[in-house]
Amino acid sequence: MATEANNPMEQFEIKSIIDINVSGYDISFTNSAAFMFAAVACTFLLFWTATRRRTMVPSRIQSVGELMFEFVAGMVKENVGKEGMKYFPFILTLFCFILFGNVLGLLPLGHSSFTFTSHIIVNATLAIFIFVAVTIIGFARHGLHYLRLFCPEGTPLPVAIVLVPIEIMSYFIRPVSLSLRLFANMLAGHVLLKVLAGFIISLGFFGIVPFIAVSAVTLLEIMVALIQAYVFALLSTIYLNDAVHLH
Amino acid sequence: MELEAAKMIGAGLAAIGVIGGGVGVGIVFGNYMTAASRNPSLKDELRTYAFLGFALSEATALFALVIALIILFT
Repeated sequence: MATEANNPMEQFEIKSIIDINVSGYDISFTNSAAFMFAAVACTFLLFWTATRRRTMVPSRIQSVGELMFEFVAGMVKENVGKEGMKYFPFILTLFCFILFGNVLGLLPLGHSSFTFTSHIIVNATLAIFIFVAVTIIGFARHGLHYLRLFCPEGTPLPVAIVLVPIEIMSYFIRPVSLSLRLFANMLAGHVLLKVLAGFIISLGFFGIVPFIAVSAVTLLEIMVALIQAYVFALLSTIYLNDAVHLH
Repeated sequence: MELEAAKMIGAGLAAIGVIGGGVGVGIVFGNYMTAASRNPSLKDELRTYAFLGFALSEATALFALVIALIILFT
């Protein structure tokens, strides 16, 4: 049985750094909040240094900034079109926040290592915000015609009886699947790393086998961290496209 | 102790659902490879759809995994 010390779920514990208590509400500054600040600071630092000395032929850091900017801009333009570009700053912010959250969580910082995207409450907040925003944008642009999303033009009645409940359900499951995907990926990856790492010491000399496996899985986790940030942003733009253009 | 054992077995059974996700992700990327090798000029355009399909089929597998973890750790 796993003892308290090498329990794979221990790494997700939220620890308070500065205790703050306002009229019975616990709003302590936790390690989760610290990593969120770190993610925001990294994003800020990256784009600040990238745009500080702009040259025609980009320097190394500038081309990193341009790469990220153009990657997200291309994604928004491709999926939503020209009208979508006014939501581009939000998508870029979202992408950078999740990306740095995932990547900073992979840093080997011993017991203070923490991934805030492995907490479903963080992802759910982001996903529900997107869901509400997309619904408001949809109704603001199309009025009640937005309900056409659930029943596309020209659907025969027998098909519509089956289609409409399915469409409504798939619309309302969006924030759940959006947040759960990121959460489960991060959780599963970090648990896997911890469990594999636990074998290294206990197997003695043959610990070299799980050690190689941990190195390979770490590379995989870096890839997953990038892909999941991309997928979160991509799905947000696709939901946005539904709201802006209907079907 | 019996409850503990039942939990372990239940979590193991719940994780079987991940097989479907593995098959799905394999099909998505396999077909992406086929499409990209047949028409390399569409490679970049198809990558978005490949990752979208990957994300959607992986999510269903992760639901099973989350159920397994919930059984195991609560």
